[in-house]
Order: sequence, then structure tokens, then C-alpha cells
Amino acid sequence: MIEFLLPAFLGGWILCTVTGPLGCFIVWRRMAYFGDTLAHSALLGLTLGLLLDVRPSFAITFGCVGIALLLVLLQQQKQIATDTLLGILAHSGLSIGLITLSFYRDGNFDLMTFLFGDLLTLGWNEALWMLGGALVVLMLLAWIWSDLLLVTLHEDLAAAEGMQVGRVRLIFMLMLSLVIALSMKVVGVLLITSLLIIPAASARPFARGPIHMALLASLMGGLSITAGLAASWLWDTPAGPSVVTAAFILFVTSLIWQLIHTRFLAREPGVADA
Amino acid sequence: MNPSPILRVQDLSARYGDKWVLNRISLDIEAGEIVTLLGPNGAGKSTLIKILLGLHPVQQGLLIKQPGLTIGYVPQRFHVDPTLPMTVTDFLGLNRSRGKIPALLKQLGIEKLAQQPLSRLSGGETQRVLLARAVGHEPRLLVLDEPAQGVDITGQAELYGQIKQFRDAFGCAVVLVSHDLHLVMSATDKVLCLNGHICCAGHPEKVSADPAFVNMFGAQVSRTLSVYHHHHDHHHHSDGSIADGAECNKHD
Repeated sequence: MIEFLLPAFLGGWILCTVTGPLGCFIVWRRMAYFGDTLAHSALLGLTLGLLLDVRPSFAITFGCVGIALLLVLLQQQKQIATDTLLGILAHSGLSIGLITLSFYRDGNFDLMTFLFGDLLTLGWNEALWMLGGALVVLMLLAWIWSDLLLVTLHEDLAAAEGMQVGRVRLIFMLMLSLVIALSMKVVGVLLITSLLIIPAASARPFARGPIHMALLASLMGGLSITAGLAASWLWDTPAGPSVVTAAFILFVTSLIWQLIHTRFLAREPGVADA
Repeated sequence: MNPSPILRVQDLSARYGDKWVLNRISLDIEAGEIVTLLGPNGAGKSTLIKILLGLHPVQQGLLIKQPGLTIGYVPQRFHVDPTLPMTVTDFLGLNRSRGKIPALLKQLGIEKLAQQPLSRLSGGETQRVLLARAVGHEPRLLVLDEPAQGVDITGQAELYGQIKQFRDAFGCAVVLVSHDLHLVMSATDKVLCLNGHICCAGHPEKVSADPAFVNMFGAQVSRTLSVYHHHHDHHHHSDGSIADGAECNKHD
């Protein structure tokens, strides 16, 4: 049993080392919908990759980067707001991807796996790929960490201080695209945003600083992977949705903890006016 | 002859889409002077600031900066998402050395805020923290876009006092946008009234008597700021263009 679950377990935890910090930035920058759009349109990249016989991870990464660049281009016009554009791109990407898929007659492709992940069948080879991808993302993140924080706080301030804001945003999108490609096997593209934002939201009440929150989010993600995997093994539930449900339970627990904690604090003398 | 300015704007025009918001602006900013931009909403103040900071492209005209000019910037709005746990010290230390932070906080009288989360600061506290960040790397030019927004009256006077103090201590030039005429006038060397074009410019006492200024802010405001005023020589349409084609007065 251990030999069978170990690659899935390790692959999941490796993924969480990057979804933790990136998820925090998505929450801080209020970009949850953006993550969704990238993930949905990943299908387009994947199906194009299938037709052109390109490795799925690369195809998805390029697909996401392409959509992100298209979004930046469309944002140049000032009439239609960004959330509308995101909605247009997400659903168009998904639809065109499904149409493209219908031309692909190979029976080996399982759409459900792509949409919701197939964590239990994750092999050593894929875990290694995830390790490599995660290392690339972590190195990029370490490189632009404080720049990205300043851009998150105030883009104009960052630019006025001489930062190349466009470059920082581009690297962030590239990292996000990579993570979506890496996560396909674990939770699938329909659920990846949840693995990014739920652990980050759960980590917030306990966080004392940005790095602390990122680490906690990774930890919460890893715990969700562990719990989801266990549930899937024990009760034969679908793995991806089990992981997301575990993350949700953690989130509710964190909310309740926060509620009790603030009530408790408020009763202490001296902080009653808070 | 004046020493060369640290920043020179020459015949600068800017537009959004097909709407021109700045029309042939020229101004020099000398080292150590405080320049205040006044003008109604939509007069192009923020656009001019953005061009000075390099956030908006120069579409027409010239912007000449002294080589190596360092700029500190205090933005108009600064909203921090409450999900981002960051203290004032963390913020001031982003991309900067942390060694100077205690002295900086002391200089601005905000030592108490050192460990406060950014998202829970009041308007006045936020402005002071932003000012601390802006002056933290000892810029040669300090640019502030309505720094006193959301700050109460006593806080405003203090804030302008601190800006002037910083100028006196480090000799940096200051460009600020403001609506607080009374407070600004006493702490500024040059006033620039903007309404698409430069309506009038010069020493605050002269400008407050200028017909263009009176026209823009009303006689009441002008009278409270100065001892005399003379007749208008031009009027503005609502879009800021000059109605009767008369030239602006020059005050130098």
C-alpha cells in the first residue's frame, strides 16, 4: 500500500510547496477569478498539445501563458472590464478546447482525469516532473518575492521606485501557468484554484507575516492532500474532490478557531475597545 | 542664471484616448523648492504627476530629468487587502535596508506603529507610513498626490510641516497636489494652477491674487488667502478651455 500511495503523497506535498505561496498572492491580489480562467483555458492548451504531440505539461503551460498574454492585450481597450474579459476567456477557452478534443480520436484520453485529477495513479516519473517544476517555480518566487509583494501593495508605488512592474507580473503569470500544469494530475484543472485559495484563506488567521502565511498555506495544503488521499484509499472516494473537501474542512475549522479566539480576546480587559 | 533644474517639463501635452488632459505644459523644478499643484477635478494634476514619475508615457513634448534623479512617491490611495499580514516595519523594509527604519519612524513620530498591520492603519497613519517609505531612501525629489486626503485638520498641518521639515533637512525638491489651499500656501515656494494648461504660476501670494486663480476658486477663497485681487482676463468653459481666447497672465 505504501509503495502505491507514496508517489501520490510526495507529489501532492511537492505541489503544495508552490500552491501555498502562489495561493497567498492570488488571495492578496484578489485574483481568484484569474486563476480560474487560466485553469479552464488549460484544456485548450492540452488538446492542442495532443494534436501536435507535445508533452501535456508543456502544452498546458504554453496554453495558460498564451491566454494570460491575450488577457493583457485585451485589457488595452478600456471599455470592457477585466472580470467580463476573464469570463469570456475562461468559457471560450473551455469550449474551444472541448471542440478541439472532439477531433482527437485517440481513446486514451480521459476528460474526467483532466478535469478532476487522478491522484492515486500518480507515478514516480510524474512526481519527479513535479519536483523539477516546483523547484523552478520556487526559484523564480525567491527571486521576485519582495518585488511581487511591493507590486501587490501598490503597482504605481513600485513603478515609481524604479521597478519593472510588467516583468514582475509576467513572471507571476508564468509561475501560475506552470503550477496549473503541474496540478493537473493532482486535483485537475477545474479544482486547482481551490487548492490555491482555500489553504491560503485558512492560513490567514494564524499568519504573522507574508512568508509565515505562505508556509502555513503550504502546510494546510499538504494536510489536505494527506487527508484526501486517506479518504480516497479508505472509502474509495474520488481523490481530487476529497482533497478539496479536506481543505474546506480545514478552512471552516480555522474560521471557528478565529471566532473563538477573538471572542476570548475581547473579554480580556484592555482590549475590550478593539 | 538659475542652476539647472533637477526636472524640466517642456511643451508637454498628454491625452487619454482622444481627450487632451494636458496642453503644452512647461515648468522647471529647482533643487529644494516646494511646488504645489492646484486645480479642479479633471484638471490633469494626477496625469502630470504620473508623467513626472514615469508612470504615464510622454506623448508630446519633453521631460528632462537630472541624470540619476531619485524620486520618492506618496500615492493618493493606498488600500491594503486585510488578508495580507504585513507590519509597518515589514513594509518599510521591502527592498530596503532595515537598519534605518527605527530612526525613520522616530523622525515622523510614528514609532508606535512599527509592529502595526498595514491594513489596520487610519488615514493619517497610512499617509505618514507612506511618507516614511518615500523619504526612506533620501530622494532628490519627493512627489505627493493629495497627501492629506483622509487626514484630520491638525494632522494635515502636521503632515505639511513634516514635508517642509524634510525638505529643510535634506534639500530635496517637493511636488505636491493639494486642495487644502490655506495649509499649503504657507508651506510652498511656488504654486501652479492647472486646468488643462497652466493658468497661473508663481509665488503663492502673487498667485492667489491672480484673476485666473480667483476665477478657478472663487472670490471668497481668494480673498481669504490674499489682500487684493484684480479683474479676470479670461473665463473657462466647463472642459477647461479658455473661453474668450485671452492669454494667461505671467507672474515672474
